[in-house]
Amino acid sequence: MSKLLLEIQGLRKQYGALEVLKGVDCTMREGEVISIIGSSGSGKTTMLRCINMLEDFQAGRIVLDGEEIGYEQSNGTRRRKSEKDIARQRALTGMAFQQFNLFPHMTAAQNVMLGLIKVKKMPRDEARAVAEKWLDRVGLAARADHHPGQLSGGQQQRVAIARAIAMSPRLMLFDEVTSALDPELVGEVLQVIKGLAADGMSMLIVTHEMRFAYEVSSRVIFMNQGVIGEEGDPKEMFANPRTERLAEFLKTSSFN
Amino acid sequence: MGYTLNFAAVWRSFDQLLEGLALSLGLAFVSILIGAVIGLLVAFALMAKSGWISRPAATYVTIIRNLPILVLVLFAYFALPQMGVRLGKIESFVAVLSIYSGAYLAEVFRAGLLSIPKGLTEAGLAIGLTPMQIRVSIIVPLMLRNVLPSLSSTVISLFKDTSLAAAIAVPELTFEARKINVESFRVIETWIVASGLYVVTCSILAALMRVAERRLAVPR
Ligand SMILES: Nc1ncnc2c1ncn2[C@@H]1O[C@H](COP(=O)(O)OP(=O)(O)OP(=O)(O)O)[C@@H](O)[C@H]1O
Ligand SMILES: [Mg+2]
Repeated sequence: MSKLLLEIQGLRKQYGALEVLKGVDCTMREGEVISIIGSSGSGKTTMLRCINMLEDFQAGRIVLDGEEIGYEQSNGTRRRKSEKDIARQRALTGMAFQQFNLFPHMTAAQNVMLGLIKVKKMPRDEARAVAEKWLDRVGLAARADHHPGQLSGGQQQRVAIARAIAMSPRLMLFDEVTSALDPELVGEVLQVIKGLAADGMSMLIVTHEMRFAYEVSSRVIFMNQGVIGEEGDPKEMFANPRTERLAEFLKTSSFN
Repeated sequence: MGYTLNFAAVWRSFDQLLEGLALSLGLAFVSILIGAVIGLLVAFALMAKSGWISRPAATYVTIIRNLPILVLVLFAYFALPQMGVRLGKIESFVAVLSIYSGAYLAEVFRAGLLSIPKGLTEAGLAIGLTPMQIRVSIIVPLMLRNVLPSLSSTVISLFKDTSLAAAIAVPELTFEARKINVESFRVIETWIVASGLYVVTCSILAALMRVAERRLAVPR
């Protein structure tokens, strides 16, 4: 069995008085592809954002590759790590967003190169070569010098994935990366993610595409009201949901 | 009216006017540059979560915006020396125009910052950039593009404000024009030519800003 990659224990997160994550526990091994499903507001996005420290959280531990993310705990006290440490830890995970979030004043290649140059301190021409390699991998070699405004939604999302993956993260996080796309552009993005899965990339994928979750994941996590409601092998889970909640959720989800 | 325009005296002193114009441009350039740095820092301060940072910044902007610039010019030149701060005419005026433009540019920049989607900052954080790197590589370049159209009128306005330096005898364009007016008695001609120089210069500035706008526009 492969090495332990991610360990989440008792993760709690609240926005003011609203408790959104109520004690999430989960572990993930290297090379696993886990889909996170669940109804709107169940805390899927929040969980990903905590793993990448885009959100502070109030309790629990997230350990990636043996390193605690975001906080230091020593004899009972818990302190947020320095901004510099957190920036370094964020580079260990890559994230792709629903809204792509490409830097609009930079070309596709410059979007990919920015982190390589500023974070990885790579020389410019080396960064350019890496960027071209990854843009080629997502099928956009010919678009390297286009700006985001000149690309379709599907192309922009593929650039955004290339930008994240070029940083060689230990873990990729995808948050509903196809939800903002026209239906005919969904396939090309899912194809890229399947390619990464085939390469053995460790991935946590929040998605509403049940068919995709079924096909690509080694495990599925069903989030329900801030906790993990059920998890397991997709084939088993989708065929025989153990909880009422999951059964209901699957009934209301589309399977194309 | 039996008055015939005669520009000969003004043309003889035209070099003097041009030198004045050059100084006007210099004053505006240096002050706007310093003002832009102040404005950028203050704009970020205005957006800060902590009131300890945002409140002083807001106070600075409010005070400056509610003061006529001529009052500031006279204050700095006549009152500050009484308080032990002695500056030359030009230094004093540059200091005033910098502080003045800082407040106006801060407002312009803040408006530009507001329209930048939060997702871009998050995308920057997600690839491991520090907040400062995100400001330098993403936020400020996008903000400047956002504000370029409104920046043009602010810059022209500030350039025109250099004429107030005449009040403390800084030899810029308006001061030189007044000198020629007094020496030549060609009142109408002098002020026609001086006005023409202001109009032409402002038009050139506006055109340059439009070129910059087009050059920097995000392709789509
Ligand atoms: N910044 C915020 N401030 C306050 N409440 C928030 C914030 N972000 C999310 N929430 C709330 O937290 C809860 C969980 O949100 P989250 O975005 O994690 O859900 P989700 O499972 O990703 O839903 P969806 O499928 O709609 O994306 C929701 O009730 C949401 O309203
Ligand atoms: Mg979500």
